[in-house]
Amino acid sequence: MSQVQIACRGVSKSFGRVPVLLDLDLEVPIGAVVTLLGESGSGKTTLLRLIAGFERPDTGTIVIGDETVDSDQLYVPPEKRRIGYVSQEGNLFPHLTVAKNVTFGLARGDRSADRVGELLELVGMKDLGERYPHQLSGGQQQRVALARALAPHPQVVLLDEPFSSLDASLRSSLRFEVMQILRQRDATTVFVTHDQQEALSVADLVGIVDRGRIRQFDKPEVLYNRPADPRAARFLGEANIIAGTATSGFIDTAFGRLSLADEQASLEGPAIVLVRPEQVSVRPPVDEGSTHAHSTGRVVHCEYYGHDSVVLVELAEGGPTLRVRCVGPTLVAVGDLVDLVMTGNFRAWPDDPMSRGDDDLHP
Amino acid sequence: MPRGMRIAALREFVSGGRRRYPWLLATTSILVAALLLVPLVAIVAQALQAGWGQVWLVLDRSFVATLLWNTIKLAVVVTILCAVIGTGCAWLTERTSLPGRRTWAVLLIVPFVIPDFVLAWTWTSVFPAIHGYSGAVLVMTLHLYPLVYLPMAAAFRAADPGQVEAARVLGLSKRAAWLRISLRQARTTLLGGCLLVCLALLSYYGAFENLRYQTFTTAIFGEIRTQFSPAVASSLSLVLVALSLFILGGEGMFRERGRVQRSGAMAQRAQTPIQLGRTRFLAVAGVATTVGLALGFPVAVVVYWMTTGSSSGLPTSVSFWAAMGYTALYSALGAVLATALALPVSLLTIRHPRRWTATLERSTFITQAIPGVVIGLALVYVVSRHLNFLYQSPQLLVIAYALMFFPLGLVALSSSVARASPRLEEIGRSLGKGPLAVRLTVTAPLLAPGLAAAFCFLFLSSVTELTATLLLAPTGVRTLATQFWAYAEESASLGAAAPYAAAMIAMSAVPAYLLGRWFDQRIVGEPGGSWFQEEVP
Repeated sequence: MSQVQIACRGVSKSFGRVPVLLDLDLEVPIGAVVTLLGESGSGKTTLLRLIAGFERPDTGTIVIGDETVDSDQLYVPPEKRRIGYVSQEGNLFPHLTVAKNVTFGLARGDRSADRVGELLELVGMKDLGERYPHQLSGGQQQRVALARALAPHPQVVLLDEPFSSLDASLRSSLRFEVMQILRQRDATTVFVTHDQQEALSVADLVGIVDRGRIRQFDKPEVLYNRPADPRAARFLGEANIIAGTATSGFIDTAFGRLSLADEQASLEGPAIVLVRPEQVSVRPPVDEGSTHAHSTGRVVHCEYYGHDSVVLVELAEGGPTLRVRCVGPTLVAVGDLVDLVMTGNFRAWPDDPMSRGDDDLHP
Repeated sequence: MPRGMRIAALREFVSGGRRRYPWLLATTSILVAALLLVPLVAIVAQALQAGWGQVWLVLDRSFVATLLWNTIKLAVVVTILCAVIGTGCAWLTERTSLPGRRTWAVLLIVPFVIPDFVLAWTWTSVFPAIHGYSGAVLVMTLHLYPLVYLPMAAAFRAADPGQVEAARVLGLSKRAAWLRISLRQARTTLLGGCLLVCLALLSYYGAFENLRYQTFTTAIFGEIRTQFSPAVASSLSLVLVALSLFILGGEGMFRERGRVQRSGAMAQRAQTPIQLGRTRFLAVAGVATTVGLALGFPVAVVVYWMTTGSSSGLPTSVSFWAAMGYTALYSALGAVLATALALPVSLLTIRHPRRWTATLERSTFITQAIPGVVIGLALVYVVSRHLNFLYQSPQLLVIAYALMFFPLGLVALSSSVARASPRLEEIGRSLGKGPLAVRLTVTAPLLAPGLAAAFCFLFLSSVTELTATLLLAPTGVRTLATQFWAYAEESASLGAAAPYAAAMIAMSAVPAYLLGRWFDQRIVGEPGGSWFQEEVP
């Protein structure tokens, strides 16, 4: 048996003249929780709908488990794919009670009261079986939608921004609960979202969907620390992209000399480098004797978040700026002169349009 | 295109390929739309056949000018009266502390259920002096004000108090906010309602005949019944249809504009009703007078003639029950047919919103502008030339009902079709149910309320249809409406006509009640049930 649960190969799809997916490849390992992160319109929902079988690709094949479910020659309809699908709106059947919604996908013989109770307990909705969908809150509706999707024991669970219509605090607690349930069941999960935190925190693997392709597909920490290109870097977390010149393992920038990651020692010539705000710290200016690369700038803007704060430091009047995350109580205020200290190894790319992936260099 | 490519494209077209396109739905809908345009095409064809020279000759006569003047002077006065009564009553029932406002709200709609020719008859049978222009104004106002009342009540109820509050915060006084926000928004609704009044006025026949007031419909009907000249009948019909289309176009424009002003499906707060204080007795008197004249009086007259009228031997109970049976049968068949025709069009336009599907849907509303007498004339023309076996057949009458009232079915279906979203079908499929099973367990139950509403709407309208029925009913068959009409034309048999009027009112009152409740729900919105309609597009 293969180790791959879902494989999309060369999948393209357009709606009318608008191309949505372009020759996309994706392999999801068995039992993995994969998030697909992308902006709205990037094609992530379309990809999910193709895997579910709600739409058919124009070209390419889709394999679930050992079975090809869509290709030029054949098409397996959604009801034969053994998938669970939870959409953004929940899409509960408005004319059925919660209990009947949950047992919809079960054979008649399996629809016992015990089974309903068990499923509803799983999602923490034990006593609400006789309610109708319109009598439930948004969070409750999504719980029921999940129970309904899990009831027939699908091999794959597809979640299309299931929490995006909920408010922030409910979203994170429900997300935690749902992921626990899905992991207990060892269901292979594909989770589409446009929320970076959501993508990073729940996944084994994250795919960045951009303009109809998977731009990068890797573990969250790799994606964050070693993004494939500047555009991928900006998808996850805040990013300073700075121009400079690379020479033998270092890069010289307006903010001083930064050391490059080991695998990039060979980079030479004009380059751009990724500096995450937390890779920089500020301190009161000192004259010299510092071992770290540093430069001095003026604080022009300050955002306070409680657990930390982000300051924007301008190198010189009208010069380049850098976003810096300060952990703990901030001691700087707008107008202060500060020293910028950058530690660790940095990720850089040759400075050409191909690697930038887009036009704007600096946020 | 090279031959090979053409074949590949054809194969793709036939098999659907990897792309599914709703060919069946699209083809059916186009056929339905074409069928609905048959009467219009037939009238033009008939006029063409008579020759434009003939048509000009007819139109040039002062007779047409008289008809136009009769129509315009009636339309202007009735529309103004309906606007005043409809708006006033809507404001009282929706925005003020009028005692018993929910009951009044229902009673104010009911008069529309009483057919125009029955209402006219109740007045003329008691006060023979009522006829001509003043009689037409009285009867039409009492019959048509609900067309203004209903949309205005909906508008007042749906008005977002947040908008008025926003205006107040921006520095407008209470009075200025009412003028510039509430009234201004209601204005488009009011104009839309007024145009509906005009449209209805143009299409009525029975009431005007009874009141001896000449309009286009009575002239056309007279032409058909007496010295039938296709040129005269079809050219008068052309003028009438052109007038109606003009009004329909205006109505469509106002509806489009009114739609923009809806502030979305936001959570709505209840509005605090305005306290009437001492003036509430005056308000109740006003509303009660309206209901009394439009509903109380005709019902009382019907009951009076039924109990005291000289019904000596005229209506045998056999003919009464036969008329009732035919009416129910034809109306039900027409309603089923129209619903069946409307369903594919509704599915296509809601599930596959494209520019051309929207145009297709809009084209079906043209039927609204074709009065019953014209539909009857057109269908007689078509079958007498091409489908002679259908002439005076029950099938033709059923088809006529379906064509006439099709738009009602479409409107009634739309919310249910929107509710039975393809997303729900997909979820059902992903849960292991086949396409047929999903249609039976998900789509059908969600469509059911809309189908029922459409049936009620259509049935109610067909039961009281007189004009086309007079022209198309099979020989020897009398429906409630035509039998009533036969008796009503003889002043000696007032008592004989009354039971038929009562039966029509009773038969249409039940669907009207269901319909009223459905409409009520639509305005209020199902409590908490809006979330699945709020799907992010």
